[in-house]
Amino acid sequence: MVTKLIILLVIVLGVIAAAQLMRVYELSSKLREQKENEISNRDNRMNAALMLLFMILLFGGFIWLMLAYGWVGRGESASVHGHELDWLLNLNFVIIIAIFFLTNFLLFWFAFKYVRKPGVPAFYYPHNNKLEMIWTVIPAIVLAIVIILGLKSWNEVTGDSSKEAINVEIFAKRFSWQARYSGTDNQLGKFDYKLTQDERNPLAVMTGETIQTAIDSMEHGGGGIQWLEDKLNDRTIMIAPDDRMAYEKSLHAKEKLIRLLYQMRQSHDAKLDKMAMDDFFSDTLFLCVDQEYEFSFRSKDVLHSAYFPHFRAQMNTVPGMTTRLKFIPDKTTEEMRVSRGVEDFEFVLLCNKICGGSHYKMKMMIKVLSKKDYDVWVKSKSKGVLSAGATLKNPAWDIEPSTFDYKFHKQPAVEVQEVAKEEGGNEVVMDDLEEVNNPSAE
Amino acid sequence: MAAVAIDGHGHDDHGHHEESFVSKYIFSQDHKMIGKQFLMTAVFMGVTAMILSILFRIQLAWPGESSDFLSFFLGDQWAPGGVLSEDMYLGLVTIHGTIMVFFLLTGGLSGTFSNLLIPLQIGARDMASGFLNMLSYWFFFISSMLMFSSLFIETGPAMAGWTIYPPLAALPQAISGSGLGMTLWLFSMAIFIASSLLGSLNYIVTILNLRTKGMSMTRLPLTIWAFFITAILGVLSFPVLLSAALLLMMDRMAGTSFFLSDIIIEGEMLTNHGGSPLLYQHLFWFLGHPEVYIVLLPALGLSSEIISTNSRKPIFGYRAMIGSMLAIGFLSFIVWAHHMFVTGMNPFLGSVFVFTTLLIAIPSAVKAFNYITTLWKGSIIFTPAMLFAIGLVSTFITGGVTGIILADAALDITTHDTYFVIAHFHVVMGLSAVFGMYAGVYHWFPKMFGKLMNTKLGFAHFWVTIVGAYGVFFPMHFVGLAGAPRRYYDYSVYGEFDKESLALQMDLNVIITIFAIMAAMGQLIFLFNFFYSIFRGPKAPQNPWKSNTLEWTTPVEHVHGNWPGELPTVHRWPYDYSKPGSEVDFIPQNVPLAEGEEKH
Ligand code: HEM
Ligand SMILES: [Cu+2]
Ligand SMILES: [Cu+2]
Repeated sequence: MVTKLIILLVIVLGVIAAAQLMRVYELSSKLREQKENEISNRDNRMNAALMLLFMILLFGGFIWLMLAYGWVGRGESASVHGHELDWLLNLNFVIIIAIFFLTNFLLFWFAFKYVRKPGVPAFYYPHNNKLEMIWTVIPAIVLAIVIILGLKSWNEVTGDSSKEAINVEIFAKRFSWQARYSGTDNQLGKFDYKLTQDERNPLAVMTGETIQTAIDSMEHGGGGIQWLEDKLNDRTIMIAPDDRMAYEKSLHAKEKLIRLLYQMRQSHDAKLDKMAMDDFFSDTLFLCVDQEYEFSFRSKDVLHSAYFPHFRAQMNTVPGMTTRLKFIPDKTTEEMRVSRGVEDFEFVLLCNKICGGSHYKMKMMIKVLSKKDYDVWVKSKSKGVLSAGATLKNPAWDIEPSTFDYKFHKQPAVEVQEVAKEEGGNEVVMDDLEEVNNPSAE
Repeated sequence: MAAVAIDGHGHDDHGHHEESFVSKYIFSQDHKMIGKQFLMTAVFMGVTAMILSILFRIQLAWPGESSDFLSFFLGDQWAPGGVLSEDMYLGLVTIHGTIMVFFLLTGGLSGTFSNLLIPLQIGARDMASGFLNMLSYWFFFISSMLMFSSLFIETGPAMAGWTIYPPLAALPQAISGSGLGMTLWLFSMAIFIASSLLGSLNYIVTILNLRTKGMSMTRLPLTIWAFFITAILGVLSFPVLLSAALLLMMDRMAGTSFFLSDIIIEGEMLTNHGGSPLLYQHLFWFLGHPEVYIVLLPALGLSSEIISTNSRKPIFGYRAMIGSMLAIGFLSFIVWAHHMFVTGMNPFLGSVFVFTTLLIAIPSAVKAFNYITTLWKGSIIFTPAMLFAIGLVSTFITGGVTGIILADAALDITTHDTYFVIAHFHVVMGLSAVFGMYAGVYHWFPKMFGKLMNTKLGFAHFWVTIVGAYGVFFPMHFVGLAGAPRRYYDYSVYGEFDKESLALQMDLNVIITIFAIMAAMGQLIFLFNFFYSIFRGPKAPQNPWKSNTLEWTTPVEHVHGNWPGELPTVHRWPYDYSKPGSEVDFIPQNVPLAEGEEKH
């Protein structure tokens, strides 16, 4: 408090001192009979000179920034279309930097050159249609080129992916990312947000089994309908009015949701389950170099944006809506480290749409592997699914620890398989799997 | 009531009888006083927003370090131990942006100068409706106070960015600022929009109906054209924002699902289904883009006038200037989705918006070249207003060219929502429009207060400001090109994947913050000069800048009804500076054509 008062006092004194100085200045200019609105030739020339000086500073500063920081942070692109976009960006920069220099030069130069000189009148020059035509038409032509090239790239980048593309889903929630790979059939299982179970089915994948689990837990689980009804009807306990309202609201919502779940169970097509059964998950996004990927994006809660700075790709994730993009990584993490000369460089997926307090920490690491390494990784993952996915109660869709061990890179394929075996993974074949997941069929 | 007000202003005797303090200074219906009220409120809000920006800039330059400055302003709740809290970072950014765009540059810039200049420059006794005009100000005042007060509530101000995208803005569970803070934001904005609509309707009606004899549309100063087009943009686009705000309020309070679908937040499964966050974005940007021209056009209008006057030359290409403003105004309605290229919107739609957006560059280029040609072979007088007007042209160009990159959907993919965008819109809005506003204040200060501001301090203010401003926003482009997302509390994640890029950002962020502090200090020069001159500045002559427009034919002391006698009659356009055959280098609009004199 005291410090705040002192600070205030200092400010007040400062203002008073400045006001006194102003009085002195005014008295002296009164003596010189100088009027404030009449700018003296001296002041005028000084400002003109400063215009020129400022222009030099501005251009110099820009050039310095270009040299020192120009492309350092951005780095080269690591995706196929990224090279084209970078080329386009450079072209655009050449154009706009030229305009920047030219027009700012004219502006500051004229400001410097045509400062008032006693006896030299201004040139009365109200318009010149030819001149104006020129600077309408030339920008129009330049822009036409920019538009055509830009749209060509845009259409390619946003176009459909080829049949070879691997489908991967990226799921955003505050404040982390998860990837779901489509597995051997390259088809992602269906999903519905109502099936979300924090532990067992965090990505809300839809199968006959998960629907039933969701219904069970909504009916009988902790905080479920039964629980709420018991609580609300229990005359032996006192519930604070606020809590009662919250319980009632929650009950109301659950009753609405459960009806939708019943409908879902009814119309569910069990044949589609196998699309989901081979899906596997990862907290780190592993990609195969030179392989096309078709990403689809979902959000659990609010808007996020999947921003892949090194792959020159970005797409928002929107609750209630699936969005997509595609790209082909064309450099492995190793290659990128070498070419950037940064030893522990990694690719990354950042969140780029404000989503809450920890927005700035929401990221997913990306590893781009060679085909060989990638296959090994996929194999280990699918194997994990097949063994663990035998039953839902033994969560198939659990997420591995966030720092996924990158040891595959060093180990030959065989060893990994063995490790998996040692860790208790028993081989389950596809046919078995269906059975396990459709207990009714037994 | 309104009718009575108009009546009252029509009579010349109005200036003579004594007015009470309240009707003169508080509930005034005189456009000149209302203009000043807008300006004062805007100065207050602008200073607030500037302090907020310094607070979060400190965090960006020295993340996690304890700062007395932060704890002084934010206390223990929002800056425990002098370190800004994550949530409050977003709160500061949000309120900073909101105030700057809406309160400083919409209410403040357009409100001040439209009110002051429209009646004076078209030769009218007052606005068409003095009463509605007064309401417009008081709505603005109330909404300013609501927005300001939201900084002091327990749960903090709105924290969803100035664009307040739902679901974040709709769900109080998501962030503390989406509780009461967001409610205040929405109410404040609703009232602000009412204010803006009342003002704009009034401006349009006044310009169309109350021009004095001889003041045809093609003899209007460019300032008036700018205000006119701005007002039309406001009337057509603000209601759409109001509807977005109302729908958002319904989603928050009435359980509707306009913008919400399939959400699980903080463990709670919501029943909302079928709404679309993209719908909100379409509605928001349908205002949001015209809004940037609502902010910019008045600044361009003011600077056209100032550059012409102080180059002692007619503005080059008067008709082209009007034409390009009309084109910009029209096009600004069909480009809104360039803010949505990567939202999941259909890419074909994106292509259409690339096309329309890049078209805007053409009229903008015409304007820039016309300004430059106006300087050519002029006889330039560097008043502080002229300096700021030239600064405006420079930043308008510098900010405009980066727009070409952002408008190109393919390139926007990697620059969207990075600091490159922040740099771009600050250079056009934060610098160009603010420079226009400063230019306007310096130029019309004698008209507003009957006093002169100190020119030496004006020079110092300008040079510190332009160096500081470019120093802040030039490096920011490079931070953005390196891929730094906006609205990040700090960039520590970069340490986990690219230390080189992290180093670049830390370097530049420190430079930026130092320039920002310097620029902010520079504004103290202005504040001092402004308030000192209001009270103690030397008395202004009637036409200090030897200007042609009608406001300089009114007496220095304000009178109700503006002209003590008859309204002036207009005989010529406003830009007869240094006309060959004339003795003096300016011929005011109310001077009849001399015999044999040709029109321009
Ligand atoms: C002292 C001068 C200023 C500085 C240092 C400054 C700095 C910043 C920075 C760094 C941000 C981005 C924060 C983030 O995204 O994390 C920001 C946001 C913003 N600023 Fe400024 N700014 C200044 C003046 C202005 C002015 C004059 C305007 C008027 C147009 C303005 C309008 C905005 C807007 C609209 C945003 C976006 C807010 C949001 O993301 O929701 N700023 N400012
Ligand atoms: Cu996020
Ligand atoms: Cu826009």
